[in-house]
Amino acid sequence: MAVRYGSPLKRAVTFYIPLTVMVGATLFPFYWMVITSIRPDSELYNVKMNPFFTLHPTFKHFQDLFELTMFPQWAWNTLFIAVVSTGISLFCGLLAGYALARLQFRWAPSLGTVIFITYLVPPTLLFIPLGDVVKAFGIGDTPWAVILTYPTFLIPFCTWLLMGYFKTIPREIEDCARIDGASRIQAMVRISFPLAVPGILSAGIFAFTLSWNEFLYALVFLSSPQQKTIPIGVFTELVRGDVFYWGPLMAGALLGSIPVALVYSFFVEHYVTALTGAVKG
Amino acid sequence: MANQIEPILAKSATTGAPAIAAPVVVAVPQSRRPRGLGHFLEQEHILAGALLAPTLVILTLFIAYPFVLGIWLAVSDKVVGRPGNFVGLHNFWVNLNDTIFLRAFQNTFVYTFIATVLKLALGMGAALLLNHHFRFKRIVRAGMLLPWIVPTVLSTLAWQWMFDATFSVFNWTLMNVGLISQRILWLGDGTMAMGCLVLVNVWRGMPFFAITLLAGLQTVNPDLHEAAEIDGANAWQRFWRVTLPLIKPIMLVVVLFSMIATFADFQLIYVLTRGGPYSSTHVFGTYAYEIAMRAAKLGQGASISLFLFPFLLMIIVFQLWYIRRSD
Repeated sequence: MAVRYGSPLKRAVTFYIPLTVMVGATLFPFYWMVITSIRPDSELYNVKMNPFFTLHPTFKHFQDLFELTMFPQWAWNTLFIAVVSTGISLFCGLLAGYALARLQFRWAPSLGTVIFITYLVPPTLLFIPLGDVVKAFGIGDTPWAVILTYPTFLIPFCTWLLMGYFKTIPREIEDCARIDGASRIQAMVRISFPLAVPGILSAGIFAFTLSWNEFLYALVFLSSPQQKTIPIGVFTELVRGDVFYWGPLMAGALLGSIPVALVYSFFVEHYVTALTGAVKG
Repeated sequence: MANQIEPILAKSATTGAPAIAAPVVVAVPQSRRPRGLGHFLEQEHILAGALLAPTLVILTLFIAYPFVLGIWLAVSDKVVGRPGNFVGLHNFWVNLNDTIFLRAFQNTFVYTFIATVLKLALGMGAALLLNHHFRFKRIVRAGMLLPWIVPTVLSTLAWQWMFDATFSVFNWTLMNVGLISQRILWLGDGTMAMGCLVLVNVWRGMPFFAITLLAGLQTVNPDLHEAAEIDGANAWQRFWRVTLPLIKPIMLVVVLFSMIATFADFQLIYVLTRGGPYSSTHVFGTYAYEIAMRAAKLGQGASISLFLFPFLLMIIVFQLWYIRRSD
């Protein structure tokens, strides 16, 4: 799009000021997490003090978080669950996306629609009966309760994204391999899958952040403290009745946000591709 | 192998099939094709079945089956720890006579509508800003998405702390600037709390709009803008008459996605207000949780979350229709 540069004043009013306000509003809550997590309690709970900075930074809240809660265990659970459910979803989504994009069979269009619809089914609609299903399978309050249910929203997403990706890879490349004697499956695994690696990476990053962040299923299916994920643990174990332990809470919020933020910052472009690809289909 | 391809080539030529495609599908692996599984999977519809099987198993077990079970629960009086009996539409009748439910019903629509409109307007503004060239553009764009990336629960907890009745940073600032003399109880009454919920939802969801709309804006051909400018269109007219019609398709899809997510929201509301004060900020999701998990009335809870279904269905049908049409 054509962008013209007017006078500096006009550019400040129409561009730099709105941009600064927007970035400030976007990032302020994160600044608030950081500053709260390093201010001592005596300052946090004193309305006279200026809350925007501290002259006595402390790591006591982080220490409390690690010593008084099971935060390291939650972090491990979250990582384990996110990695395994992402792996399962990528595996299923890769195969299904390939089949829907490349293979000719009678049910292809209707199955594509069904998977698209499941992609739009929100957890809120199903969490109550799903709780019963999870219990019936004997996996309630184990990591498998969420590892097996997260794929319900991750697989449709991965399938949808990879289907779109496979459609951009020319079919002729596979045909060449088949002329050279590769079987149908060899052509798929050795030729098309490696070409889809950028798409797989995008889908994987996105799926990882979604499962890291998931809340409702984890809240309903995981109840004992040692099974919880970071979002659930921080929310349930650091609030006692009406008492909020704000220091450790914000320390936990910060530490729970950093891994996804890091993964994301390394793969921003892949993430944005997944985000825009997910809606365009 | 060559002597095998030739006769088939000849045959396909006589039947009028495409000369290139036919040998590719039929001829090649003949000589070394193993009999058995490999041979079986050469057939496309069987291979497709095998590739789709894991997905379909998971989706059947954890979506289709729970969905049917959910409908059964909604017409039963199941509570935790004892089997339910069929009660017909009793649960729905109870809901429609429950003032908290009716408030939740209204809240869900108000929350969805206001938050989506604000996200679209602000997201469009942000996308237009980010479509300029400026220093640190990549960093700003990456930073913009942070509210969308980090776990909603954790960022909402930060907001809850900022809205704290006693230690709110907003109150501290407003009081020290001299704009207010008494603390504002941000989450203290229903209307105010709904406003805060919408604010946090907009903060979290706006980046998604900004980034996807930005992707749409980047596909707009600059020549069209120049042409419109030569014809005397001002910036506002160029936006309404040139940019907007071109990005309308992606805008619509983003809005529908966001509407579904906002409509079925749970975590943001549950963390920030837990439906309070006095059950005035419940939406379908949080009230269903309250009834099913806190009060252990699974049947009643399932009937509440089922209220989401007709509206979700309408959005999905509309979206499918729109995709078909634009294809």
